[in-house]
Amino acid sequence: MRVALFVTCLVALFRPTIGFAAVKLLENEGCTVEVPRAQTCCGQPAYNSGDRATAKAIALQVLEAFEDYDYVVAPSGSCAGMIRVHYPELFADDPGVSTRVQQLAKRSWELVSFLVDICGMQAVSARWERHATYHDACSGLRELGIKDQPRRLLASVDGLRLKELPGAETCCGFGGTFCVKYPDISDKMVSDKAADIVATGYQSVLAGDLGCLLNIAGKLQRLGGRVQVRHVAEVLAGMTDEAPPIGAPR
Amino acid sequence: MLATSRTFEANARAGLANPTLQRALGMMRSGFPERRRVAVERLPEFEALRDIGKSIKDHTLEHLDFYLELFEENVLSSGGQVHWARTPEEARAAVLQICRSVDAKIVTKGKSMIAEEVGLNEYLEQNGIAPVETDLGEYIIQLRHEPPSHLIAPAIHLMKEQVADTFRAEHRSLDPGRSLVEARQLCDEARAVLRPRFLTADVGITGANFLVAETGSSIIVTNEGNGDLTQTLPRVHIVMTSLEKLVPTLEDATTLLRLLARSATGQEFSSYTTVSTGPRRPGDLDGPEQYHVVLLDNGRSALLGGEFQDMLRCIRCAACMNHCPVYAAVGGHAYGWVYSGPMGAVLTPSLLGLAEAGHLPNASTFCGQCESVCPVKIPLPKMMRHWRERQFAEKLNPPVYRSGLSLWAWAARRPALYHALVELASRVLGWLGSGRGRFRTLPLANGWTAVRDLPAPEGRSFQSLWAERQKSGVKH
Repeated sequence: MRVALFVTCLVALFRPTIGFAAVKLLENEGCTVEVPRAQTCCGQPAYNSGDRATAKAIALQVLEAFEDYDYVVAPSGSCAGMIRVHYPELFADDPGVSTRVQQLAKRSWELVSFLVDICGMQAVSARWERHATYHDACSGLRELGIKDQPRRLLASVDGLRLKELPGAETCCGFGGTFCVKYPDISDKMVSDKAADIVATGYQSVLAGDLGCLLNIAGKLQRLGGRVQVRHVAEVLAGMTDEAPPIGAPR
Repeated sequence: MLATSRTFEANARAGLANPTLQRALGMMRSGFPERRRVAVERLPEFEALRDIGKSIKDHTLEHLDFYLELFEENVLSSGGQVHWARTPEEARAAVLQICRSVDAKIVTKGKSMIAEEVGLNEYLEQNGIAPVETDLGEYIIQLRHEPPSHLIAPAIHLMKEQVADTFRAEHRSLDPGRSLVEARQLCDEARAVLRPRFLTADVGITGANFLVAETGSSIIVTNEGNGDLTQTLPRVHIVMTSLEKLVPTLEDATTLLRLLARSATGQEFSSYTTVSTGPRRPGDLDGPEQYHVVLLDNGRSALLGGEFQDMLRCIRCAACMNHCPVYAAVGGHAYGWVYSGPMGAVLTPSLLGLAEAGHLPNASTFCGQCESVCPVKIPLPKMMRHWRERQFAEKLNPPVYRSGLSLWAWAARRPALYHALVELASRVLGWLGSGRGRFRTLPLANGWTAVRDLPAPEGRSFQSLWAERQKSGVKH
């Protein structure tokens, strides 16, 4: 099947490794992966700032670039949730586009849930000698119901011991522009998250959304901790040797 | 009550810097959500009940005019009276007029958010009538002249040591050497002080959790029994309530009651659930001589048929704030008015306007916890976003934020240019950050780096690396 990778703006800028990990995992499942050139962002910053017109314009751009593929896959629950849940809302009163957007929404998936729920992946062949914990990013968890899929695949990683994070479902305080609009509140939230992570005593924390990961890694590093932060796709693709943890020196 | 929602940021910082508040919030954060979780787990049909609860409320709101008239008819036929109040002023005036008609000096009060909304206590005091709060939490904050910081636990921002200090300062006739260490001792003291007030009050004012159209009844739930003493002992019972508390039937009310306590405190049912229908009838052993319902609109009917109608389903259980990480960080007073947390972030702008309350719907990460626990499935994040849309349309956001957003949007609609910019930023930031792997400060990124490091980009953008891979024909 032809799969279009929605890279996401944060992965494109900060951490291409996640994008290549996604490509590797998808190709291993027999997908033909393409990366439509006309993609930038899903439009969520405009949408959540109340700028509906811009959000719609960007959504149309995504629609046109992606609607001819069998599936659209993003290594982010937040961006996938935007396309899957919020695009149909944006065009609900626009009959000309609404049907096309709904078709696109139905075929758009977050990476790990796509691997498990659509490709039927049961296990990965990756090795990572680590004790790690996992943070459930909000959009993936509550908009797309992603909970078991990453845990199931991580359980098959050779050498990895996964321990549940107390408060794993509590927001890390990223929230897109929230984290710079209300830095004091965001700081309190990410400090609590960092404390919960450090309290596990484990070496690494994983999640499926780069926004949360940048926030959590940035806080852990500001606190001077040694916990390493990675996107779940890097571990599942066995690509942990190809890039240092997020925010670590190269 | 004077709103301070405008200064939300400063209020929030004060809350974050208050160690006692932080301790109290820490206890709340571990308490309410866990109790709710256990209660929900024990009721397999809880999810189905949420759908039924939602549809009961939706149905009522779709036919609100019909049920309001039916309610009034049934209140009248059971011997009570309904006072329609469009505004807080009209609601206060109605209460004062009833109090004056019986020459009331002391008024006991059960918990009522509508009384808070219209600022009833101050108004009664100004008019020579002494209101006495009888809910323990409300009593404490009344003594301290503070607004409630939570829907169902108005004094949740306090620790018991602060309550002990307040009691010592206010209950001056009691032995100064008495022990007030245990919560039990504080409860006993409040009970002893309040008991004679119950017996001497001329009027009792309660809120209502539900109004039942088919019987003209009001329903309250409490855990302290104070509501029952408030509404049955005085000669006059006034129910301070608002339009959207209405449900068609007693059976509907019981469905919502099954959701309410579980969502609020994790109880199956509150300790006391009391249905009041009209005044005392001949042959009744107790009950008030007069039964009045003051029914407040205050902008609610204007929400009908619009994008905020769903908010009128709210049954004030507080599950949204109990699960909100922003509320847990800053506490209820930061929101600056009667309602706090996610439900306040949606409701307050509709009651006070965006100019006053514009911060509230913005101070959310849209994490979705609130919606996921709401017993009547109110799409709270979606409605906060609607407020942001109005704000944007009315150009109420800070200019620097608007121009930043439009600059970004301009680039995001030009993929070729955008990719070039991303590649440039990846290279420059990647090179600058290659030593440490992160930035402690970065021009224009102070909102981020003030509180956390910024991980550095890897050095090349995905799109340019991908283009190279396509050219070379090498697969990963």
